[in-house]
Amino acid sequence: MGLANSMKTGSVVRHSMTHVFIIGLGTLMIYPVIWMIVSSFKPNNMIFSDPGLIPSAVTFDNYFTGWRGYAGTTFGTFFANSLFMCSVAIVGNLITCSMAAYAFARLKFVGRRVWFAIMLITLMLPAHVTLVPRYIMFNTFGWVGSYLPILVPKFLASDAFFVFLLVQFMRSLPKEIEEAAIIDGCGKIGVYLRIILPLATPALVTTALFTFLWTWDDFFNHLLYLTRPDTYTVSRALRTFIGDAGAVSNWGGALAMSTLSIIPAFVLFFSLQKYFVQGIATTGLKG
Amino acid sequence: MTTLEGLQNDTKKRFLGKKQQSGFVHALRRNAVPYLFLLPWLIGFFGLTVYPMAYSLGLSFTDYDFTSPNTTQWIGLANYQKMFGSLFGITEFTAPSGEIMRVDPYYMKSLSVTFTYVFVSVPLKLIFALAIALLLNQKLRGVPFYRAVYYIPTLLGGSIAIAVLWRKLFERDGLINGVLSALGFTDLPGWITHPDYALWTLILLSVWQFGSSMIIFLAGLKQIPQEYYDAASVDGANKVQQFFAVTIPLLSPVIMFNLIIQLIGAFQAFTQAYIIGGGRGGVLNSTLFYTLHMYIQGWAYHEMGYASAMAWVLLLIIGVITALIFRSSKLWVSYGAGE
Repeated sequence: MGLANSMKTGSVVRHSMTHVFIIGLGTLMIYPVIWMIVSSFKPNNMIFSDPGLIPSAVTFDNYFTGWRGYAGTTFGTFFANSLFMCSVAIVGNLITCSMAAYAFARLKFVGRRVWFAIMLITLMLPAHVTLVPRYIMFNTFGWVGSYLPILVPKFLASDAFFVFLLVQFMRSLPKEIEEAAIIDGCGKIGVYLRIILPLATPALVTTALFTFLWTWDDFFNHLLYLTRPDTYTVSRALRTFIGDAGAVSNWGGALAMSTLSIIPAFVLFFSLQKYFVQGIATTGLKG
Repeated sequence: MTTLEGLQNDTKKRFLGKKQQSGFVHALRRNAVPYLFLLPWLIGFFGLTVYPMAYSLGLSFTDYDFTSPNTTQWIGLANYQKMFGSLFGITEFTAPSGEIMRVDPYYMKSLSVTFTYVFVSVPLKLIFALAIALLLNQKLRGVPFYRAVYYIPTLLGGSIAIAVLWRKLFERDGLINGVLSALGFTDLPGWITHPDYALWTLILLSVWQFGSSMIIFLAGLKQIPQEYYDAASVDGANKVQQFFAVTIPLLSPVIMFNLIIQLIGAFQAFTQAYIIGGGRGGVLNSTLFYTLHMYIQGWAYHEMGYASAMAWVLLLIIGVITALIFRSSKLWVSYGAGE
């Protein structure tokens, strides 16, 4: 009895302590987020007088007043705009990033090493250095105010992170399947469409996921290029909703719309967690 | 079909000679398809990176004004003087165009705000991420769930929603002061609106988003073979000694990777400062991030030549720091055993 058993109880105690510690710290970490969600159901005048989580009165008013939006545009439009932009961005990134990645990972051609090295360097390039000329360029095209400055780059594989992610993944695929296909008369394009793309599905899901999140959360480009309220995305709209000085009268509405705006990220994250982990661990993608 | 084609090929080969066929034509055929796949990226690279970079370098030597591009003049290094003039005690100088220019009184402030932010938030974030990763790298039930919970701040941190929330948390009548006053503290400042504290709320916001570094550390920790720890503990090393003798050296490539990614990201931080400062640099410019200052110069004052010059200096700063880390990596990053 004695020793072995007491050692076992000792480790059980230690394990439970660890769990308690992890849960406690985790709760502290997400407390602000939970508070935001809970507060969005509180009457406007009680939001800041009450740091607790259990509201003494529950109301859905904030969601109704917030949804009305501003400048005659409801949040329905803003959400539709965001969804549209994200969908197109995902299509663009999936097609062009996977094309570039296939070339880098599976094809032999003159200059491959050089182009690949250049692609890696662009990973580290701060976006700000191309900002002004891009703006001037898009302005002369007459694109400012439309979604084109944000969406066209997605069709030019400009998110090198995803090219890199897909290259890493495609390199790990076995050579044999591809060789068999070539013997069966499949060309390079056929191999890409019928072999590589289906096998690379996990990495493509990761690409779609992060494209969605980054486009959904992107603020800077939306600030620069979206000029009319009816074209605003959720992130751009939320910013105007709280106003320049942050002096909003309707904080309840702002918190309610903020809560709605984080729902897609939540849903995607908890349903596709393993793709997140994979994407971050292989390339250091930031969430 | 095949015979005809084969015949043609045969004739071609005989006609051209084998050498020529395997030369130019062959190379073209072999490379055409790969370059077709690469084409979107190549167009993007030249159209959205190379050309804009060259253009912005050119602009940085001009006084390009977005609203009146026709009056643009070549002003040499004046934009750079405008940035760094205050280092030499200059407040006004004459540009090569003959125009009298003022040294930017806020540039140095934006630089110091950004450096403070970067060099405080990045190490803190990495230390925190590593600590949590070690905590979760135990044989425990529910680790995937815990990992998800600790990742939530990162998942949401970049959004406007969180910036809005942060602002409300740290205002004078916000949640934080509510909690603190419930604990008996009095005379609490408005953290966001106090010049001494505003930047720290942003640093805290950045450290709070330690999730992706944590996941990378976790992946790295899983790569360290258990035998090393066993050997160390046979040699009588305790947990702390094991951490410094085994974990840190074997994790050093991952640490470097995280360090570089986070540094580059931190230098470019914009959104949260923009929201918390209400589109400006906050009280006494205490949260005037470099990129925010650049945005204000370029888009509020239409000084796009100057903004381009600022962008190039930022590129140089990031380049130099990244190069220094790579150079120093020989001293502290081990690519030894286990690989």
